[in-house]
Amino acid sequence: MRSPTLRTLSEPGPGLGGGSPGKSDRWGGRKVYFGGVSTETPGGEVEPARRVYLDSASGESLHPAARQAFAAALETAYADPRRLHHAGRSARLVLDNARAATAEALGVRPDEVTFVSSGTEAVHRGLLGLHRGAARTGARIVHTAVEHSAVLHAATWSGATTRAVAVDATGRVRLDDLDVTDATVVACQSANHEVGTVQPVAEVADLLDGASLFVDACASAGRLPLPERWSALAASAHKWGGPPGVGILVVRRGARWRDPFPEDDRAAEHERGFENVASVLASAAALQAVVADRDAENLRVHALVSWIRRVVGGIPDVEVVGDPSERLPHLVSFSCLYVDGEALVTELDRLGFEVASGSACTASTVEPSHVLAAMGALTHGNVRVSVGRDTTEDDVARFLDVLPGVVERLRARV
Amino acid sequence: MLEVDCRGLVCPAPVIELGRRIGEVEVGGLVGVVASDAAARIDVPAWCRMTGQEYVGEEAADDGSPRYVVRRVS
Repeated sequence: MRSPTLRTLSEPGPGLGGGSPGKSDRWGGRKVYFGGVSTETPGGEVEPARRVYLDSASGESLHPAARQAFAAALETAYADPRRLHHAGRSARLVLDNARAATAEALGVRPDEVTFVSSGTEAVHRGLLGLHRGAARTGARIVHTAVEHSAVLHAATWSGATTRAVAVDATGRVRLDDLDVTDATVVACQSANHEVGTVQPVAEVADLLDGASLFVDACASAGRLPLPERWSALAASAHKWGGPPGVGILVVRRGARWRDPFPEDDRAAEHERGFENVASVLASAAALQAVVADRDAENLRVHALVSWIRRVVGGIPDVEVVGDPSERLPHLVSFSCLYVDGEALVTELDRLGFEVASGSACTASTVEPSHVLAAMGALTHGNVRVSVGRDTTEDDVARFLDVLPGVVERLRARV
Repeated sequence: MLEVDCRGLVCPAPVIELGRRIGEVEVGGLVGVVASDAAARIDVPAWCRMTGQEYVGEEAADDGSPRYVVRRVS
């Protein structure tokens, strides 16, 4: 099947083209800040020629296809897609087109896709809607112990009793610990966002005994095909190079899902609020581009991550966590004994390398990462490195050149 | 048992103290890390696994603080 072509409508909508609402004296007052942070560092060391961003798992840089679609849609798709006038119909066309493209790239039906404001919101609506939809057959929300905190907070907020399913040392859910007694819904992520381990969603689906399955696919969607046999699923556009502020909720036709939040007088069941149409189109454009290239790109980033795993595993008293083979292609997490995770992030940043940490060592009131804790992995000195579309072999080589020295220096300080 | 008092210290300090002082007991001897930091419950067993020592278990110190007991095996 041919992919839908993304259109943004070349004709300007009514009212466009005249006047210049962008004139700076129109609004006066405070200027919007467009700048970046200063590159001056407290340590005074010279910055490297190119900063290396190794946190694509938190947010991938905007895909060029997204940038182009966004700019075009801003011109034509500003109106409310529910209005019957020309501008409204223009926005509607763009929105429907983005929905069709998103559905096709994800392998689902267009009328199963709802655009919301973030992956977190998609998780909330997906999980809580399945819980509400099964209220007559159960009372408990079951989730793996390593779900994203959005799942855990939503489960707590629901007031339902909850049950966490244990994981093994790689972070993989233990099917022998899955008890679905009285469960409305079982939440199992497609892959873990902190350590990259891919979950056996199909095997969980075999053990539901009537409960619905919710899949948080934010960590993998776009990069890997979606798993099968779930009732509702959440994804997030900025993880694949779409803009932030676009979450995607997929609810299967026939799923026992009831909106957990207030009603919205909208055109269809799968529409909530006034969509961010330009961003939704940009998200679809990025998703199409990423899915088209992913076989080759996954091989490339998988090899880069395997290289990082190999070198990091050779640093004394450092443990690479997560499954070595059943994993996301683009991220790796490791923990360094005797080192504060925040100090690692800060020192690497000073040297030009931008990584994330799962450790929270700065305040005694902060709980350690529930993911690392559930795995029994060292919770301090943790770093998550994720490579993206723009990461080169040279970037990784330079990172691996400096990392052992950074760990050694921080250990010597204590 | 050698007691290492890490009350009030945050991670990774309890594990650093454990690493520094494990050598003060003979092979076969016990070290008890008393720590208020929640991460120690995970990190002391993880330290044992990574360094080849034996994690014995958790008990309560006199003031109720958790004490994580480690046996030196090498």
